[in-house]
Amino acid sequence: MIAIVDYGMGNLRSVEKGFKKVGIDATVTSSPQVVDDADAIVLPGVGAFRDCIRNLTDLSLTGAVIRSIQKGKPYLGICLGLQVLFSESEEFGRCKGLDIFRGKVVRFQIKEKVPHMGWNTVNIVNRPPIFSDVPDDSYLYFVHSYYVVPEDRSIVAATTDYGVPFTSMVWKDNVFATQFHPEKSQGLGLRILAGFGEFAKKA
Amino acid sequence: MLAKRIIPCLDVKDGRVVKGVSFVNLRDAGDPVENAKFYDEQGADELIFLDITASHEKRKIILDVVEKTAEDVFMPLTVGGGIKTLDDIRALLNAGCDKVSINTTAVKDPFFISRAAEKFGSQCIVVAIDAKRITQNMSDATGEDWFGDASMKDVMLNPPALSGPQAPRGNGSSGWAISTHGGRKMKLINAVAWAKKMEELGAGEFMLTSMDKDGTKDGYDIELTRTVSENVSIPVIASGGAGTLEHLYEGLVHGKADAVLAASIFHFRELSIREAKEYLKSKSVPVRL
Repeated sequence: MIAIVDYGMGNLRSVEKGFKKVGIDATVTSSPQVVDDADAIVLPGVGAFRDCIRNLTDLSLTGAVIRSIQKGKPYLGICLGLQVLFSESEEFGRCKGLDIFRGKVVRFQIKEKVPHMGWNTVNIVNRPPIFSDVPDDSYLYFVHSYYVVPEDRSIVAATTDYGVPFTSMVWKDNVFATQFHPEKSQGLGLRILAGFGEFAKKA
Repeated sequence: MLAKRIIPCLDVKDGRVVKGVSFVNLRDAGDPVENAKFYDEQGADELIFLDITASHEKRKIILDVVEKTAEDVFMPLTVGGGIKTLDDIRALLNAGCDKVSINTTAVKDPFFISRAAEKFGSQCIVVAIDAKRITQNMSDATGEDWFGDASMKDVMLNPPALSGPQAPRGNGSSGWAISTHGGRKMKLINAVAWAKKMEELGAGEFMLTSMDKDGTKDGYDIELTRTVSENVSIPVIASGGAGTLEHLYEGLVHGKADAVLAASIFHFRELSIREAKEYLKSKSVPVRL
């Protein structure tokens, strides 16, 4: 069973319905025990990095999420669920992240409008298994003002251009995380959720 | 490259679509989910439900509509109309919508936008601006309770300056005022300064409607759209007046809008979103096909 971690940030229903639509069993939960027991976890969410870390901590979910990742459980992070994997964010001064990956989360310093909102293309540099059905240069849906800068470039799975080229997806072993929203990216996004569901079954 | 967005808007009353897609055989033309699925298949980039339900008791119906839509349609969904409280926003987001569009409540209480943005994040707070060109006759225009607030003085129009030859007329930042009640009433609020203030208070996007152009089908107010777009750093959705494919092009290119909202040209004609996008692409506008 896939646990969709509910920590009070954003639209989890779409993620849940997305998995349901492609025939994959997923449950929304804010229980650390359920996260620990799940076969795979999904951390969605939009909003502020600081609130995300605070809510995860307040609900005692930080440990369960880190344990799951370290045990090799399939993990899908979406938007904030990507950003919190890094060491720190420059949002509101400095804020510590889960530090699964070394690197920072920085704000767009560009002449284009921020937030980066809408459909943009992804350039796949290291195709992850959950992306097997997604052609290069596909349009996926984004809404964010910050992006991740990994120190280890080998984890970069895809990049996107918006004033600057930025990392729009990372992948390392069991950890997949996207800046775009598969649950809002119509048929293509559903294929990514289905791909993660398949990966989780085999894991 | 970020694509320019095409966003159909559906008016929903008591849970039923009024003036929906009328040229295809939907099983139930009044069903919001059927309409949403149709536009999803056509490649719409987002969808807006404008809830025009008048009766307060029936307002909860929209939540059910949003829930059912979110089960079948996986693209960004915005709901506007009648949002008065933070609880209204929370209920809509929990039902499965991604953004809410706020108009009247922002005019009555601008700081509602900062509370909403703080609570739910700017990315889901769309401020709808109904703008109308200032004419010499602003004698009926009214203020709001917050007009005494010193921090808001930049957005207020000064009534005496509006009569006589100095009246600002569509030139620069002072040519439009905020209107309410479907364009029938004018507020002493400078529309462009209002947009800047709303951005400062936490709005994440604008849905900018020209009340002079709305319903005319002779094109967006390009000057208004461009002026607002150049004065803010958040996305602007142009609305009001689209009647042809050229109008969409003008709004996006000359008006510098990030997205165009259109209702009737998609609902009533044999003109599909795909055709619109192919046309825009042929004119080198980045769109998602």
